[in-house]
Amino acid sequence: MLELITFIILSVVALVSAVFVITRRNAVHSAIWLTVTLFAVGGIFLLQHAEFLFAVQIILYVGGIMVLFLFVVMLVDIDVALKQARFARQWPVALVTAVLLLAIVGYALYNHGKGLNLPARPMVNAPAQNTQAVGMALYQNYMLPVEIASVLLLVAMVGAVIMAKRKLE
Amino acid sequence: MIPTEYYIFLGSGLFTIGVIGVLTRRNVLIILMSIELILNAVNINLVALSQYFKSVDGQVFAIFVITDAAAEAAVGLGLIIALFRNKETVNADEIDLLKW
Repeated sequence: MLELITFIILSVVALVSAVFVITRRNAVHSAIWLTVTLFAVGGIFLLQHAEFLFAVQIILYVGGIMVLFLFVVMLVDIDVALKQARFARQWPVALVTAVLLLAIVGYALYNHGKGLNLPARPMVNAPAQNTQAVGMALYQNYMLPVEIASVLLLVAMVGAVIMAKRKLE
Repeated sequence: MIPTEYYIFLGSGLFTIGVIGVLTRRNVLIILMSIELILNAVNINLVALSQYFKSVDGQVFAIFVITDAAAEAAVGLGLIIALFRNKETVNADEIDLLKW
């Protein structure tokens, strides 16, 4: 029961602050509401006993990516944007499309009230130590993907530096 | 124990809000923030199904998604800075260099 109440509070916070992210006029306010959404999603990870992912969410998303976002929001001129229209011309069409998307996904998931139609749960015990299990999976089964991800981060870092450089010679 | 459906529905709601943000906003920065919302919705689904199947594979995949989000944010924000320097705007509908 307590679990369900926590889930409902966290999901309402996540959804409402996500709506604020896409409706605020000031990009700084959007970034702060996005931080609230990320915290709520982190709480949902914690609710599912994904402790390592919760820590990654807080350290990497809230601590890293959001600071990067706020830096860039401060760098570009926000005073001009405050006086301009928030939404693009095509917003009614876009809204209808997105609501249709939600309706289709919801219909597919709802499946005439029978729920998700998932395959049966495997009869194994969940790993007791989440961080240990994730670390084992990362460094044993997923060794090559981890290396590829590190190359991706290197490429992204070099790309960002090249892109933000003042002049390309 | 919360049913897995609830997490999936929350994920699809967050995904739709992100799609609305990407499609309707003019500010490129907020479009990038909406992409982060979409990636978070995906992560919720991955963790929920990883919990359902009692394996950590979904969580490992969510970590890779977060890595991609970091790379995407770095490159995207670098692009926005270069764009602002050249065009003096961050509005997606004013960037029409390839349109004639």
